[in-house]
Amino acid sequence: MIYSLLLMLGVGMLAGVFGAILGIGGGMIITPVLTLGLGLDIKYAIGASIIAVIATSSGSTIAYLKDEMLNLRVAMFLEIATTVGAVIGAVLTGLVHPTFLYFLFGALLVFTTYNMIRKLMMKNEDAQDVTADRLATKLNLNGTYYDKALKKQVDYQVQNVPGGFTMMFGAGLASGLLGIGSGAFKVLAMDTIMHMPLKPSSATSNLMMGVTAAASAMVYFFNGSIKAGIAAPLAIGILLGALIGTRIMQHLKPRLIRMIFVPVMLYLGIQMIMKGFGVTI
Amino acid sequence: MIQKNSKAKEMHQVELMIGQILRIGVIVSAVVIVLGILLMVIQGNGGYPNGVQPEGFVAIAKGVVAFKPYAVIMLGLFLLILTPTLRVVVSIYAFAVEKDRLYVWITTVVLIILVIASIIGYFEH
Repeated sequence: MIYSLLLMLGVGMLAGVFGAILGIGGGMIITPVLTLGLGLDIKYAIGASIIAVIATSSGSTIAYLKDEMLNLRVAMFLEIATTVGAVIGAVLTGLVHPTFLYFLFGALLVFTTYNMIRKLMMKNEDAQDVTADRLATKLNLNGTYYDKALKKQVDYQVQNVPGGFTMMFGAGLASGLLGIGSGAFKVLAMDTIMHMPLKPSSATSNLMMGVTAAASAMVYFFNGSIKAGIAAPLAIGILLGALIGTRIMQHLKPRLIRMIFVPVMLYLGIQMIMKGFGVTI
Repeated sequence: MIQKNSKAKEMHQVELMIGQILRIGVIVSAVVIVLGILLMVIQGNGGYPNGVQPEGFVAIAKGVVAFKPYAVIMLGLFLLILTPTLRVVVSIYAFAVEKDRLYVWITTVVLIILVIASIIGYFEH
C-alpha cells in the first residue's frame, strides 16, 4: 500500500511539473500513465485525473496571479462556454463511445502539433501584429503583462472572439467527457485562434481548467468515480509538482516552451489515435 | 490621474487578497488530504471493508468523525473541488470593486452554471 501511495505521489509530481510548464492540466499525462502503464480501469483514471486537473490549476494559479500574467476577463468570459460544455459532456459520458472521442482527440492534437511547428518556422514569433476586433474591445479583453524573460511590459490585443468561444465550448465538452483539463485546446483557442501571447494564454488556461474541471468533478465525485486511495496521493504530488513547474516556467522563453510542447503534443496525439483504433503501445 | 492610481492600487490589493484566499483554500484541502493519507498509512487500510468508500455527505461526515482514512480523504478532495468555485465567487467581488458591471454579470453566470452542475451531479447518481 505504501508503495502504491509513493508511486501515485511520484506520477503526480511529474505530471504537475510538465502540466504547469506546458499549460496542460496533467490529466493528459495521468490518464495514459494510469491506464496504459498501471492497467487501471479508465473510469477511475478519469476520476483521479479530474482531481489532478483541479490541483494543477489551483497550485499554479496562485503563482500566476501574483505575476499578473493572468487575464481574468478572458478567463471568465470564455468560462461560460467551457462550463456549459463540461456539464453537457459530463451528462453525455455514459451515452457516447469513448473510442470515437479518443480518435477525435488524437486528430486534433496532431493538428495542433502541426500548427506549433509552423509557428516555430516563422521569424519574430512574438512580435505578432494583432488588431483587436470590435467584440474584444467591447468585452474589454485586451490585456498587458510583464515578461520576465524579455524584461518589459507587453501589451496585447485579442482577435476572433467567436472562434475562441466556440473552441472553448468544445474544450469544455471534452473535459466533461474524458475528465481532462483540455488545456491544450484552451491554449489553442487563445494562442492560435485569438492570437493572445503564449504566457498569458497558459496562465489563463490554467485558471480556466480548474473552474471547468470543478463542474465535471462534481458529477464524478458523487457517482463514485473518484477513488480516495488513488486520487489523494496524485493530488498532493500534482500540487508540489505544479509549484515547481510554475517557477521554472517564468524564466523560459516562448520558443523553448513551444519546442518542448511539440513532441509532447505529437506523442499524445498518436497515442490517442492508436487507442481509438484499439491498439495499445 | 491620482484617482486612477488609487484605483489600480485597490485592484492590486483585491488581486492579492484573491491569491491569499485561494492559497488558504488549497492549503486547507491539501492538509486534510495529507492527514487522510497519514491515517491510511497508520491504520494500514482505508477504514472500510473491501475497498469500499463513503459516498454522499452523510456517509463522509460520519466517517470523518470516526477518523476513517477514506472519509477524511474524500472531505479533502471535496474541498479541493470547491477551490475553483471559491475563485469564481471572489472574482465577482473583485469586478464589483472595479465597478465593472458587465463582468459582475458574466462571472455570476459562470457561478450559476457551476451550481447547476453540482445539482445535476448530485441527482445523476
